[in-house]
Amino acid sequence: MASRKILVCCGTGCLANNSFDIYTRFLEKLKDTNTEVIPEIKATGCNGLCEKGPVVKILPDEISYFKVKAKDVDEIVSKTILKGEIIDRLLYFDTNSKKKIVSHKDASFYKHQHKIALRNIGEIDPKNIEDYKERNGFEALRKVLFEMTPDEVITEVEKSGLRGRGGAGFPTGSKWRTCSKYDNYPKYVVCNGDEGDPGAFMDRSIMEGDPNTVIEGMIICGYAINSNRGFLYIRDEYQLARENMQTAINNARKHGFLGKNILGSGFDFDLEIVRGGGAFVCGESSALMASIEGNVGEPRAKYIRSVEKGLWDKPTVLNNVETWANIPPIILNGAQWFKQIGTEKNSGTKVFSLVGKVKNTGLVEIPMGTTLRELVFDIGGGIIKDRPFKAAQTGGPSGGCIPAEYLDISLDFDNLSRIGSMMGSGGVIVMDDTTCMVELARYYMEFLSEESCGKCTTCREGINTMLNILNRITLGQGREEDIDLLISLSETIKDASLCGLGKTAPNPVMTTLKYFRDEYMEHIVDKRCPAGVCKNLTSYSIDPDTCIGCSACARKCPVNAIEGELKKPHVIHKDKCIKCGTCFTVCPSGAVKIGGGLIESYNK
Amino acid sequence: MTIDTIDINTIIHNYRPEKRFTLAILQDIQNKFNFIPKEAIFIISDYLKVPASDIYSMATFYKALSLKPKGRHIIKVCNGTACHIRGSNTLINELTDLLNIKPGETTADGLFSVEIVNCLGACALAPVMVVDDKYFGAMTKDKVIEVINEYKEAVENGK
Repeated sequence: MASRKILVCCGTGCLANNSFDIYTRFLEKLKDTNTEVIPEIKATGCNGLCEKGPVVKILPDEISYFKVKAKDVDEIVSKTILKGEIIDRLLYFDTNSKKKIVSHKDASFYKHQHKIALRNIGEIDPKNIEDYKERNGFEALRKVLFEMTPDEVITEVEKSGLRGRGGAGFPTGSKWRTCSKYDNYPKYVVCNGDEGDPGAFMDRSIMEGDPNTVIEGMIICGYAINSNRGFLYIRDEYQLARENMQTAINNARKHGFLGKNILGSGFDFDLEIVRGGGAFVCGESSALMASIEGNVGEPRAKYIRSVEKGLWDKPTVLNNVETWANIPPIILNGAQWFKQIGTEKNSGTKVFSLVGKVKNTGLVEIPMGTTLRELVFDIGGGIIKDRPFKAAQTGGPSGGCIPAEYLDISLDFDNLSRIGSMMGSGGVIVMDDTTCMVELARYYMEFLSEESCGKCTTCREGINTMLNILNRITLGQGREEDIDLLISLSETIKDASLCGLGKTAPNPVMTTLKYFRDEYMEHIVDKRCPAGVCKNLTSYSIDPDTCIGCSACARKCPVNAIEGELKKPHVIHKDKCIKCGTCFTVCPSGAVKIGGGLIESYNK
Repeated sequence: MTIDTIDINTIIHNYRPEKRFTLAILQDIQNKFNFIPKEAIFIISDYLKVPASDIYSMATFYKALSLKPKGRHIIKVCNGTACHIRGSNTLINELTDLLNIKPGETTADGLFSVEIVNCLGACALAPVMVVDDKYFGAMTKDKVIEVINEYKEAVENGK
């Protein structure tokens, strides 16, 4: 029998559910177990489906267990490992096919995926360089160093059509090409691991689960542009990513992939980790470079681009984590292979973090051009409680909302920009009818007003002013002229701010205004929040015809505002109600309705 | 609190006197003392030959750094979009009530600091709360109370 492997997911999501205990329990248990071949136990990176974690996979049997607890380990060993029996209770229930599934590969969440950047994650122990080497790790580097000239490497990346996965989608090959032309040494290679978009965690997952691929991508770039030094700027909050990255760097040095005279080729390259300081704006390339230099992370005007004068005014190539992870497979399999995946101008795949009100939340990698509907419904399994899909937000605070009418849009850089959103780093936040679009816009403005570095007046003051207006609207004090004011502020901020943060800051407001203007008007004119989120504009009532009188709401109401006899319609006393929405959430029959709410305090 | 300048000096000498290490040094000091003491700003300034005003501006710019002492346990409530639309505000309100402090503040007994952070990258577990380095996913009001009590008890028993 081929050697058995037990893969325990130890990504952040599963770790939070104590997966490390599962890993150690397996180690202990198998020490005392009598089997012919003791299985190999590995702590892997994130499997993507974090919500159903911790995940344990058994190979080569292809058995995947979800929501495993440490106390299940004994049973897994005695039944599955020793006797080959499957434990039904731990299998994944596929909400699309309504079946229990033995191998995760058959689940609709995984079946539609095409993994390039995430190819190794969940399959290998990220701290073990041998695991990476077993899966063609560092073969691309070897090919580059001994079979290709720097020019050929750049041409291959150009031909692949790879575009930067960090947001703007600038062609990676032409970035490298321009930088390679400057003879101003030393040049630098930088990895942007300052993933700050709320709702996006693909870079974290790659750095935690497959750090070696990032390192290999960066060395290849170093060779192509003739640079000997690279920096990985990793977000302060990502401790595990930093640890795994550092381990991988140390291992790569030991094995001769980093340092002087790599693999005897005569090429030198080394890497260093820089820890971010917890500032969103540092995800902007010039701010990031300022931060590495030991300055406050403020962006600069980019009359001269960083490929010419970047870090310490030297030519610099900066790419994000996911982009780097795509480089080794492109080199190994060739540009043609990459180009046939995805669409014509958007080749390859994109990793999305599918989160929010969707059944299967997690990380997915799909070919460019997949539709939003496939992503949300086929892979994501649809909306929680089968509520209606209202919108998806992509691109983080710089992006925008995509309403239901665009569910069939194919997801790529160009299409998303066309409808006013953007790819960003790939966060997709799914919203149902209980998400208020005005409040969402307010949330992003609050986020950006805190994260604006304060250099440009339009960004610093303009975002704040927009936030104040949106605060007023959500409190029920909106005025009809507010909408025009928001539009005019948006245009000014967009035109007169220096960096990407400011230029794109009004996007959440502009797209919600474009697609959900009625909802703004309801807040302003009718003083009603249809989603029931803005508490001042909401009231709850129970529809007597739908109410089954189960009294679930009355029992959960924190202020005892609901009365009624069992099996008879209940009533909410509006004078006592604090509009917490608990009754709405717990009602099994959908009898609690959201109404307009006016607000005595405001009417006074 | 008395500040041991020997500790500060030990930390800075882990780095070569180059300006690019300013942030790294400040973060090590933050880890050691739970804040950036005034003394440290001047010691770093001398060591790196960078004006104290620049060090101060770094210490106030980056969120990971604080000029005020933080509590023994740092509670971070994630308010990234995924957590936000799954109700992180409820957690924040509960903590505010329970500990009687606003986000960004520290309890009078120095036990807890509450911070709101923008996305911890654990969106699938939303809403998320992190105490020191431990993640708590799919949080509810009741779970917040449980977690806080757990930490309070641990401290009491530790005494």
